[in-house]
Amino acid sequence: MEHIRTPKVENVRLVDRISSKKAALGTLYLTATHVIFVETAPDTRKETWILHSQIATIEKQATTATGCPLLIRCKNFQLLQLIIPQERDCHDVYISLIRLARPVKYEELYCFSFNPKLDREEREQGWMLIELSEEYKRMGLPNEYWQLSDVNREYRICDSYPTELYVPKSATAHIIAGSSKFRSRRRFPALSYYYKDNHASICRSSQPLSGFSARCLEDEQMLQAIRKANPGSDFLYVVDTRPKLNAMANRAAGKGYENEDNYSNIKFQFIGIENIHVMRNSLQKMLEVCELKSPSMSDFLWGLENSGWLRHIKAIMDAGIFIAKAVSEEGASVLVHCSDGWDRTAQVCSVASLLLEPHYRTLKGFMVLIEKDWISFGHKFTHRYGNLDGDPREISPVIDQFLECVWQLMEQFPCAFEFNERFLIHIQHHIYSCQFGNFLCNSQKERQELKIQDRTYSLWAHLWKNRADYLNPLFRADHSQTRGVLHLPTAPCNFMYKFWNGMYNRFEKGLQPRQSVTDYLMAVKEETQQLEEELEALEERLEKIQKVQLNRTKVRSKQSEPSKHSGFSTSDNSAANTPQDYSGNVKSFPSRSPSQGDEDSALILTQDNLKSSDPDLSANSDQESGVEDLSCRSPSGGECVPSEDSGKDRDSDEAVFLTA
Amino acid sequence: MEFAEMIRTGQAQAELLRGPEEPPLRGTLCITGHHLLLSPGPQATPDLWLLLLRNVDSIEKRVAGDSGTITLRCKDLRVLQLDIEGVEATLDIARSIEALSSLESVITSFPFFYRPKGLRLGDAWHFHPPECYYKRVARETNAWRLSEANEDFSLCPSYPRAVIVPRAVDDSAVARSARFRQGGRFPVLSYFHAPSGTVLLRAGQPLTGPQKRRCSEDEELLRAVLAGARPGARGFIVDTRSPQAAKQARMTGGGTEAKAAYPGWKRLHRPLERGRPLQESFVRLVEACGDLEQSMDRWLNRLESCRWLSHVKETLSTACLAAQSMEQEGACILVHGAEGTDSTLLITSLAQLILDPLSRTMAGFQELIEREWVQAGHPFQLRCAHSAFSHARPKHEAPTFLLFLDCVWQLGRQFPLSLEFGEGMLLALFDHAYASPFGTFLCNNEKER
Repeated sequence: MEHIRTPKVENVRLVDRISSKKAALGTLYLTATHVIFVETAPDTRKETWILHSQIATIEKQATTATGCPLLIRCKNFQLLQLIIPQERDCHDVYISLIRLARPVKYEELYCFSFNPKLDREEREQGWMLIELSEEYKRMGLPNEYWQLSDVNREYRICDSYPTELYVPKSATAHIIAGSSKFRSRRRFPALSYYYKDNHASICRSSQPLSGFSARCLEDEQMLQAIRKANPGSDFLYVVDTRPKLNAMANRAAGKGYENEDNYSNIKFQFIGIENIHVMRNSLQKMLEVCELKSPSMSDFLWGLENSGWLRHIKAIMDAGIFIAKAVSEEGASVLVHCSDGWDRTAQVCSVASLLLEPHYRTLKGFMVLIEKDWISFGHKFTHRYGNLDGDPREISPVIDQFLECVWQLMEQFPCAFEFNERFLIHIQHHIYSCQFGNFLCNSQKERQELKIQDRTYSLWAHLWKNRADYLNPLFRADHSQTRGVLHLPTAPCNFMYKFWNGMYNRFEKGLQPRQSVTDYLMAVKEETQQLEEELEALEERLEKIQKVQLNRTKVRSKQSEPSKHSGFSTSDNSAANTPQDYSGNVKSFPSRSPSQGDEDSALILTQDNLKSSDPDLSANSDQESGVEDLSCRSPSGGECVPSEDSGKDRDSDEAVFLTA
Repeated sequence: MEFAEMIRTGQAQAELLRGPEEPPLRGTLCITGHHLLLSPGPQATPDLWLLLLRNVDSIEKRVAGDSGTITLRCKDLRVLQLDIEGVEATLDIARSIEALSSLESVITSFPFFYRPKGLRLGDAWHFHPPECYYKRVARETNAWRLSEANEDFSLCPSYPRAVIVPRAVDDSAVARSARFRQGGRFPVLSYFHAPSGTVLLRAGQPLTGPQKRRCSEDEELLRAVLAGARPGARGFIVDTRSPQAAKQARMTGGGTEAKAAYPGWKRLHRPLERGRPLQESFVRLVEACGDLEQSMDRWLNRLESCRWLSHVKETLSTACLAAQSMEQEGACILVHGAEGTDSTLLITSLAQLILDPLSRTMAGFQELIEREWVQAGHPFQLRCAHSAFSHARPKHEAPTFLLFLDCVWQLGRQFPLSLEFGEGMLLALFDHAYASPFGTFLCNNEKER
């Protein structure tokens, strides 16, 4: 709080970037956690909340006649242009925000004060939602080739690795320790993904400290062990995700890459993904293009091309595709590394796993994937996403690129993913927001020391709770294209890399498409579900009514035949409750019947709309049949209700008449 | 002339390859007057594979040993390969296909022989006569009338018998205006936008020539248009050529409307590509799509350099301009290029699609194509004689209609919930425009039909 110089400034204008005429007048508030802008327009009083941790840069521009402009760029690609009437106020806001957006200690971050009003038990359960040990079990581990190793107990070998790691059975503690000494930051080769079908695996590590000629027997044995853990192949791919030039330059610093002559039966491969500095600049350039005011089509395309962003995305995808192919088609294991093995390696391993494993394409599976390849293997979240004040040269959009790769795949395979675009966007938002503890710190060890799990909440539980918002209505788990490995088309004209408007322009409402098929289908799906629930409720009630009628007739027959009294004692009890039940039913019936009328028209509507929208889902016949699936379910449900209902109703009416 | 004369050999044993995904088909190949048939033989599945010979765009034969290969490239962009036993048979079949696929005469073409079950001749014709659309217009406004001045196609051979013109202009004035416009295509109503009371017109270029001639009846006609819309209404003349091209057209007797002669009308030039450059762009696009081995960079380069997408963009933005000025500025629009049968129709039909929800329905879209393409005299036979694979030098071919379909598809991408029909409809229209058992797209205009 001591950093806020002025908590409130009035008569501030928020400039709309697309139509510069409109500027909303309002009041700006600074709080300990947020910047809040409240519009004065009495009918809307629209509020814009910005977390301090989302602020990337603040720029104070030259004072004009109307006031002092302040430009706030956010890490979630929101751009806020404020005009503050008084230069002094503007300066105060500027100085306050500069400090607030750059916390120096973890304790200042929002997650330590964020309280979603959950009790301790709920919080702990939230943290238990994603368990990596379960994930390895799902992969089929441990087995005869792979075992859980405790060499990194208490982070004794490598402080950026997790404690629980899977290594080949034949790799002894001695080999691992030896290998780790030969690897940058001691990040020795460990299992990332095991492909059950053919025993091939994806392992990850950092670069070897080979320099120009150094060798390490244990490291060579380690790679041998990985190769032998896959009986289906007699060689091992070693993929260096750096451009060859970068890897060569590293040799001068005593690092470098594996020499094929020293390691037996390896195939060495470079895949040129640029380093974090190139990526940071590329994103910067692309965002500058997004900020252009009404650019022409060619300006935009040139700018996008020159930023090189999509080229970098393609490089990451290509690496992932290469590995997925090696594993699934050649049945060979792959060892992936870059320099330290925590940026490009994480990207590439997770893209490859996503292509190979349908489970990672589900909501929960995707959380597991991020938890495994990014969080547990020590991706440096705090450094890369600038959560604390630090070296700006460490900041780079590494996981953003991974999320974009996933989005590009979702565009290519619209039925393959259980989650939708919103899910990715919200994950990106929370990686920077520091509202939840998941993405704090640079390693598992730091997180443990900070007792993150005791002091903050888990994002995964939050997302899981709201999972209805994140479901892809087109998801078909049993679709021929989406089962098993995703096969990308080989011809380039069939696979386009697109600009992700939904992410980089997500706050420019004017640039968003006006019609969303996803939202529409989700609404249809939700409605169908509601109708089905209603149907179920009605059927249940019907059953109850019939039981009542049955009991009544029994009661009557009992009265006429008192000799059978003892045999009906139980039904007599239930019959005593029935009048109440029955009247309750009658009361609720009229209120339901109009809604039933709505239902019918709504069904017709949804059917029509489905028909009109299904060709848009591309010409793929499988997909179309998928949608038809959806559409035939609802009418069949709808049609059989009224007929059944009315039929039985008449029966029960007659019965009532009889009993009366 | 008998078809039999051109069929050199009745049948041969052959294997058909339809692409990398589908399995090859083996059987007996037959040629009839209009079709290529492949019957897999009695033991295999009974279904017959059939290709309309009209669909063949180019044919390539290669002989090796005692068998031959014929590659057929179709107008619907399919590429088929036939492996045929026997050199002689191969050559004969190739020659027969060549002869039969390039028949010039319309009267021998398949639609004259095709009798689908369940459809009677004459039944579904004139689904959408001009009278029908006039009824819709007349419900909204009284300023327009249906003129039968072109009853015998004497004013304009490429217009239908009845057209909609301003009520204030009589048929003799219309006739004189027709003489002042290229191809006799005087300004007629294309679309009436009820919410704003504005109209969309189309015409051929005025024949001002180097002397800058004028025609008072033509000026009167356009004045009546503005007067009929609402007092003080403005108008835009959208010329689909560049100012230079329009000026050059004067040398050959054409030209544009002079500013002083048409008060209230403002001229806008929106140059759109047409004719041969458009056809070449299409050919290069299809070439680029056919190469499956190229790198991403190479593909993007070729896509960019064929400029097809920039033609799509220019077309759409011109149509948007027309639609916007009608809806938001309340202006009347007259569209013309040179002949008024290509890019003019592109713009008027797309503008309607943007403005009118009815034309975005299945039936409305069919009506739109019937009215704005078939009846408005888009020369389908000339434009769609050959597709992208033909080696023949293009004379009049241009994929204008395909460009229209592409623009509609792009609109569908932008507004996925707005079109009642899907991609399949657009593809079917493309196929039938180039080669079809139906007569809808035969000939160049109503007169010939």
